[in-house]
Amino acid sequence: MKLTLKVWRQQGPNDKGGFATYQVEANEHMSFLEMLDVLNQQLIEKKEEPVAFDHDCREGICGACSMVINGQPHGPMQKTTTCQLHMRHFKDGDTIYIEPFRAQAFPVVKDLVVDRSAFDRIIQAGGYISVDTGQAQDGNAILIPKETASEAFDAATCIGCGACVAACPNASAMLFVSAKISHLALLPQGKIEASRRVQRMVKQMDEEGFGRCSNVTACEAECPKGISVSHIARMNREFLKSVFGAPEAV
Amino acid sequence: MKQLDGHIPPGPLKEKWTTYRSTMPLVAPNNKLRLDIIVVGTGLAGASAAASLAELGYNVKVFTFHDSPRRAHSIAAQGGINAAKNYKNDGDSVWRLFYDTIKGGDYRSREANVYRLAEVSANIIDQAVAQGVPFAREYGGYLDNRSFGGVQVKRTFYARGQTGQQLLLGAYQALSRQVSLGKVELYHRHEMLDVVLVDGKARGIIARNLLTGELERHAAHAVVLATGGYGNVFYLSTNAMNSNVTAAWRAVRRGAYMANPCFTQIHPTCIPQSGEYQSKLTLMSESLRNDGRVWVPKKVEDAEAIRKGLKTALDIPEEDRDYYLERMYPAFGNLVPRDVASRAAKRVCDEGRGVSPTGKAVFLDFATAIERYGQSKAHAFGIHQPDAATIRRLGEQVVEEKYGNLFEMYEKITGENPYKVPMKIYPAVHYTMGGLWVDYNLQTNIPGLFAIGECNFSDHGANRLGASALMQGLADGYFVLPYTIGVFLSNEIRTPRIATDLPEFEQTEQEVRTRLESLMQIGGSQSVESFHRRLGKIMWEYCGMARNAEGLRKGIQLIRELRKAFYKDVFIPGSMDEFNPELEKAHRVADFLELGELMCIDALHRNESCGGHFREEYQTEDGEALRNDEEYAYVAAWEWTDINQDPVLHKEPLVFENVELKTRSYK
Repeated sequence: MKLTLKVWRQQGPNDKGGFATYQVEANEHMSFLEMLDVLNQQLIEKKEEPVAFDHDCREGICGACSMVINGQPHGPMQKTTTCQLHMRHFKDGDTIYIEPFRAQAFPVVKDLVVDRSAFDRIIQAGGYISVDTGQAQDGNAILIPKETASEAFDAATCIGCGACVAACPNASAMLFVSAKISHLALLPQGKIEASRRVQRMVKQMDEEGFGRCSNVTACEAECPKGISVSHIARMNREFLKSVFGAPEAV
Repeated sequence: MKQLDGHIPPGPLKEKWTTYRSTMPLVAPNNKLRLDIIVVGTGLAGASAAASLAELGYNVKVFTFHDSPRRAHSIAAQGGINAAKNYKNDGDSVWRLFYDTIKGGDYRSREANVYRLAEVSANIIDQAVAQGVPFAREYGGYLDNRSFGGVQVKRTFYARGQTGQQLLLGAYQALSRQVSLGKVELYHRHEMLDVVLVDGKARGIIARNLLTGELERHAAHAVVLATGGYGNVFYLSTNAMNSNVTAAWRAVRRGAYMANPCFTQIHPTCIPQSGEYQSKLTLMSESLRNDGRVWVPKKVEDAEAIRKGLKTALDIPEEDRDYYLERMYPAFGNLVPRDVASRAAKRVCDEGRGVSPTGKAVFLDFATAIERYGQSKAHAFGIHQPDAATIRRLGEQVVEEKYGNLFEMYEKITGENPYKVPMKIYPAVHYTMGGLWVDYNLQTNIPGLFAIGECNFSDHGANRLGASALMQGLADGYFVLPYTIGVFLSNEIRTPRIATDLPEFEQTEQEVRTRLESLMQIGGSQSVESFHRRLGKIMWEYCGMARNAEGLRKGIQLIRELRKAFYKDVFIPGSMDEFNPELEKAHRVADFLELGELMCIDALHRNESCGGHFREEYQTEDGEALRNDEEYAYVAAWEWTDINQDPVLHKEPLVFENVELKTRSYK
């Protein structure tokens, strides 16, 4: 198949950037990133600079790949990362627009690569259970109902890619933040620090410049792991509890 | 050649670790605060080590070339993690896990290391649970287990098909907590390009800030490499695109020994290659072999018809199918170890019975499991004479609960629905048992330089069992290194903070700069990628699933020629002083071009077959690996000399005091 690509090129964070147009020949068995590999080989052969994009595992789990494809983070397929998107979902002659994830809190590094270290700082603010190595009791001493473990697991499958932020008109990170808060708040091990955790993580989220949630729910629709917005509801509940509930050091 | 000493503590096997741990020199808490440690890599081993060391009080600097520690390739591990908990009451024990691992590794690993690994395995599960890792549970709230290859008990803990992700996030969160407490300094998008030795001890690294291209010096009292394996030397593997050998290889170039580099694990269940453009291969978890049955048609004509698209799997009647693993290895059936399953797949495909257009695929069929689960579920629902459609629907539900994400991934990649038609799978490079030589303390032969996780060679011998990589990475990071590094550091409490303006730092940085400059200056016409692909083909052809002396010699020759061509004609766009992924790749491929030759040299020297190392000249009558314990029961540790010169072989004899060396049998 012959494709026309309109790819966002931007030298660095301070460059204005703009679309460049390329023609590329692909086949339907390729993944989207393999199609971009083909483009980059063409560019290198012409001694031009290849398009920079983040990628690593190429099996949909590391969360490195990003990019907005025809206006949608990770492209048109639901619950699919860019690396798992295959070209059989496009047609010969298509024009495809490819842009970086856009958000104030995700500054562009180069071309399609953005800086998502804000996510790490939010986890550092409290996205953990305070347990040192060696302190743990027997794993079966903490019984967790199957349904609870399963719900916590669903939240914990977030890959930290940032598609939720890119999809949100407010560039809100609430799906990402709530997934971690929900995962840990659901489990008995995580309840002890729940108030402190939600306070700290929400504060960090605000400081990083992410917007607020206004219930658009585009985040859930675009999330490659199908993380539910019900976690945002739980986060809000946890937050209110932490404000109006029993006082706890923050 | 010298004989290497693994520094294995004396005493009976069962007491070695406990006694050693209780009597080893310690570093007092106030002294820990004055000691600095560099950890390179943030996968399971690196993140767990960095967090645990910081909790003890050491000052830790941790480096990752990713944009976040959570992207390390441990995240992609699917199936599970082993632990000798015996929760299933099925006869598991520390001894049995130890024995299975030694046997699975075809008697090419150290008894003492493996026993220690089995001992601490149970603590890992406890630690992970305490961190909030959502392992699969039963209805009563207890932890669930499943079974993996090469064993006859259920000891594998799992979190659906994303166990690696959940365990890594646990370690990442522990690490993040130490970052917030100021005990860990995190350097993301930084790649280690060399290790700095001062007076023969590892005292720091040279790292490149990948965003700016700037070279930085970082000093510490000790350096820990947790940089994973080198499977990407084959270009196509289940490793992530950026996984590489550079950190380990640079240590080798500074004098560290590389042990058993030819021991590569070819995983039997991967999605077959579909074209020349392909950039990587995707694993389908071994856990699928709990329920999937592997088969090919009995008749070559049927296989041909399938390849041409004239027939599908569903057209082949039961009696014309060859469930070859069940036929050849009735005791373990579809759950034989990976090396055995891979070779069997290669054999049936070589016979012309492969089922994809390339002829390189076998079926992994879930129909029997769907039927069985469907019957059982119908019974549980009180449906006494369920029709076929009901059974199917209920059975598919159970299979989805167990393997849903894997089935989904398969469908995304291939466009075929594995609930309806059997999966097609073929072996692919997955893991490297070889790695930096380390002693019982996980220290390389360079004092102060440690290697943990897949980066070292220590625990899996010539073949790793499924669900043991996560176990080893976390054992090293949480429960072994935090103790054993103290043996070295207890002698360093009087060493002041290491300065980065020492001449050794100056010189090493200059050498790195020169190396990068010379790569940039080649200014040839071929892309890095094209060299990497060619190297991968040579490795797969001559140092892959089956090897022979003639092929290996040819492989070495071809690699040398390719390396020459690389240094004459590679082209790297952009400049050194900026974000330049092509330059990163070029440096990694340059190192692979040296490692690949060493792997062939190692494979050529080992005149026996064992585990994943199958030399065609050494096989039994029915095609099984034929070991030579008289001459090769040792670890081959290679010392680098110079480019195009033979490396020097050092041997660490493997002494088996507790297990009897037998021919592995899974029949």
